[in-house]
This record gives sequence, structure tokens and C-alpha cells, in this order.
Amino acid sequence: MITAKRPRSGIVWVYLLWITLTFLVLIPIYWLFLVASRSPVELFGRPTFAFTGFWPNNFQKLLGDSIFLGYLWNSILISTCNALLVAFLALCATYALSRWKLPGADNIFFWTITNRMGPPAAFLLPIYLLWTKYFQTDGITFDVAGLRFHLFRVQLFDSAIGLILLYCLFNLPFAIWLMKGIMDGIPIEIDEAAFVDGASRWTVLWRIITPLATPGLAVTGILSWVFAWNEYLFAATLTSVEARTIPTRLAEYVTTTGTSWGEMAAVAFIALLPALVFLAFVQRYIVIGLTFGAVKE
Amino acid sequence: MRSTRLPWLLLSPTLIILVITGLLPFFYVLYVGFHDWNIFSATGEMSYSGANNYRKLVFDQDFLDSLWATIQFTVWAVASEMVLGFFLANTLLQDFRGKAFFRMIHSLPLMVAPIAVGAIWRLLNIPGFGPVPYYLDQWFGFEYQMGAYRSHAFITTVLMDIWHWTPFVTLTLLAGLTAIPREPLEQAMVDGANRWQVFRHLTIPMMMPVLLTTLFIRIMDALRVVDEVFMLTGGGPGTATRYIGIHIYRVIFPKTEYGYGSAMSLLTLYFTVVLCWLLFIAMASVGKQKE
Repeated sequence: MITAKRPRSGIVWVYLLWITLTFLVLIPIYWLFLVASRSPVELFGRPTFAFTGFWPNNFQKLLGDSIFLGYLWNSILISTCNALLVAFLALCATYALSRWKLPGADNIFFWTITNRMGPPAAFLLPIYLLWTKYFQTDGITFDVAGLRFHLFRVQLFDSAIGLILLYCLFNLPFAIWLMKGIMDGIPIEIDEAAFVDGASRWTVLWRIITPLATPGLAVTGILSWVFAWNEYLFAATLTSVEARTIPTRLAEYVTTTGTSWGEMAAVAFIALLPALVFLAFVQRYIVIGLTFGAVKE
Repeated sequence: MRSTRLPWLLLSPTLIILVITGLLPFFYVLYVGFHDWNIFSATGEMSYSGANNYRKLVFDQDFLDSLWATIQFTVWAVASEMVLGFFLANTLLQDFRGKAFFRMIHSLPLMVAPIAVGAIWRLLNIPGFGPVPYYLDQWFGFEYQMGAYRSHAFITTVLMDIWHWTPFVTLTLLAGLTAIPREPLEQAMVDGANRWQVFRHLTIPMMMPVLLTTLFIRIMDALRVVDEVFMLTGGGPGTATRYIGIHIYRVIFPKTEYGYGSAMSLLTLYFTVVLCWLLFIAMASVGKQKE
């Protein structure tokens, strides 16, 4: 409850509460690490939370597994391209929305967030059908000097590009909301001063606005990266062999028989590593990211 | 400003991508929903069938069961998260040493991939080596089996969602709490109001917009839960935790009932929108009565 001042004795309970909460968050993750670093023999029997030594085989096996490495590469490629694309698109879009009074700008702005509200499961089928049946042409294939070239070939199903474009649907709404605030915060006088000095629009956008917006772009990029890295449902539906990502690998452990828990834990641990790495950078902005800007901190 | 072509040029890639990935699928699912379309049928072609899919859907017991399970899950999880998160946000209003650290650890689950959250909880709860069933049995003699009892699976999914998403509620409500002005609260205390009265008649009404926003986002996210539950229970045992997203996924793709699946997808979307809208109306009228 909000009070002007709280008696100091209450602080003990606050500490007790938050230390307990910290353990509640960390113990499950610690347990995951323990399972990943134990041999199948150690695993069964009395579960102990004591660290009993690192058994590296689970991780070693993954690093020697070409299928897993392929998935890992896909995940990194898709997340990175998506993050760069989202940051670039959000920069352009919010610059336009912030510097011009466009007819219907508020509607556009609002429409972008409605895209994130619908349940993904409802969009799963139409996107799957569109991707496999319509956005798929072989184009023209021809050989020049022994090399095969494809012209106008479009393939979104089971390709990294298909997922990169799709993840824009989830990431652009929050990116636009986050960047809009940052763009509005850069005074328009800076643009005008540059115009007086003879700079063009493009020069202003790339040489002046972009450096000023870099911290916001970094946050947008990191959050997009993490959300794209984490996505499972569409990655599982829209890929079959070529563009599988780490989350789909993790799910394969529960859908196939003869589960190897240690290996599954190792994959899950790798899947949550980016969260641990980026946490300190973006935890201040995660609220804006998850509420698509509706609640500001 | 002079030119009006440039801003549209800057906006166009964003709009094109959102139309292709957001708007087009929406109209397409609307269109397919009025057709019979099964890849493995005699022709494999689409044929117009009017509202037949929807007529079939409202009597589809599996679909309705799944919808009901989803609602129960959403109510339990979101209600617990809202209460817990509001309480925790209030404890974070005061300054104490290490607050930033506690806050950071608290927000960790938000960044973890939902599928990894499911994996973590599965590893905690597997009979055989998971510590949860083991210690429940050792200390309380309680036989806990997520894979055998429907209620156990249900409660585990709710607890997992609480673990995963309470930090979100805490952080958004904390942002709201720090933004409300302190003077009216302090003045009310000086005028002799007790803590509960201040909380009930000042804090809650002032927090209403943030509370509602948080509630909406949480409800929408809980209704569409898939990854964590899929990983934890796979929708089982039986259909106990087969929430609507998992149901759609499991029904459409193996059976290739595209027309029927489209109707199901659209009804789910419609249902989500209506539910949020009704809630909004209800909350707004409650808010007005108070004033």
C-alpha cells in the first residue's frame, strides 16, 4: 500500500520477501543447468541441488551435432536479420510519423499495434496456407558458365526470409511505439538548422537523426532479437528442414520417443542464454517492449 | 513541410510488410472459413459452403471443452498475477539497498523463451528425477503426478504462467505507481484517512488506466498460450491442458481440415476481441460508478 513513510521495521519483511522471490526465479534455472551437467546415471535417484561436478558430454554432443549447429545458425541468422530490419523500418516509419502531419497517421499508428493483439494460433493457418500455396514461385532458372541462377524465385515456406518477414509482424508494433517516443523527443529545430546549412532530407536522417536515436535503436534491436530468438509456434509450422530454429529443436525432444533429458536441458540452457546475456541491458525497457508502449516507465 | 511523397516512401516498407503478414492473412482466413477445404478430400479443392463450418463449430464438444479450459486457465493465472504483481509493485515503491538487483532478477523470466520455460518446468516436475514430485512425497506424503491427474497438470500450468508473467505485472504496475502524484495521498493521510482508505479510494482509481491496460495485455497473452504448455504437458493428460492454441495446432495440421480450421481460428480471434471489449465496458462502468 502506498504510504508517505513506512516504519523501518517493515524493511526486514521486504528483504525476506525479495530474497525468497530471487530464489524462486533462480532455482528452476539452476536446476536446468544441473540436469544439463549431469550424466543419466546421476540424474535418477534422490534429486539434489548440490553441484556434483560438470559432466560435459551433453554440451559436447550438441557441439558435434551438425543438425543442432544448423538450427543454431538459423536462429542466429533469423534473429539478427529480423532485429536489423525491424530497427531500420521503425527508424524510417517513426521519422515519417513524427516529422510530417500525415492524413490518417493516428490510424496507421494504432493499426500497427492491433496486429500484435490477435492470438498467433488464429493466424497460423492462413499464414501457413499463404506461405505454401501463394507466395511460392519457382521463377526462372538458368545456367551461366556452370552456375545456376534463380530469377524471381520466391520461397517463404521453410526459408529464413519467410520467418524474418513474419517476425516483423510481432516486433514492428512495439518497435514503432518505442521509436516514436524517441523521435518525438529529438527537437525538430535540429532538422531545421541542418536544412539551413543546405543538408538534404536523407543527410539529416542518416547523419543527424540516426546517431541521436542510436540508444533507442539498440534497445529496439536487442528486444526484437530476443523475441525472434524465442519464437516457437510459427517456426515450427512454417519450416520443415532448412530453416528450423533452436526452439523447434527443443520441442522435438518431447514429440519423439526415448527422451534424453540431459540433452534437452542443454538445448534449453542454450535457448535461454541470450536472456541472461541481454538482461542487464534491456530490463529497463522490457515493460515498453511488452506493452507496445502503452505503459511508459 | 513541403514534399508529401517522402514520408509515404519511408512508411511504405513497414506498411507493405504489415499488410502481407497481418491484414492479408486475416481476410484470407475469413474467406477460407466459408468454404469446405480438405486436401485429402476427393477433389482437394475449395468449395463454398456458407456458414456450415460455424454451424458445426458451435456444437463441437472438443472445441468447446478446449475453450472452457482456456478460460479457466486464464482466470486463475491472470487473477493471481494481478494480485501478486500489485502487491510486489507496492513493496518496490520504497528505496532499499539492492532493489535494482532484485528487480533485475525478477524480470529475468520475461526474457526467457516460453518454450524453454516449458522445458524447465517439465524437468522440475518429471516423476523419477524431478525435485517437485520427490519432495512433495518425502515431506508431505503427497502423490503428485502431472502426467496422470488432470487437476495436477492444470495447476502446474497455472503456476508456470504465474512464474513466467507475474514480473510483467509487477513492472508495469510499478511504472504506473511511480507516475501517480504523491501529494493527494499524503494530504489524505494528514486528514486522517487510514492506509486502506487511501489505497481503496485514491490509489486504485488513479491506477485504473494502468491496471486495465495490464489486465488486457495479460488476458490476451494468457488466451493465446501455446509454447510453454505444449512443452510442459503436450496438452495432456487426455485433453486437460489442451488450451485453444494447442487445440487448433493439433486439429488442423494432422487432419488438413483447412476450411473448418479457418472457422475455428476466426472464432477464436472474435472471441478474444469480444471478451476484451466486454471487460472494458464492465470496467469502465465500474469506474464511473465510483466517481
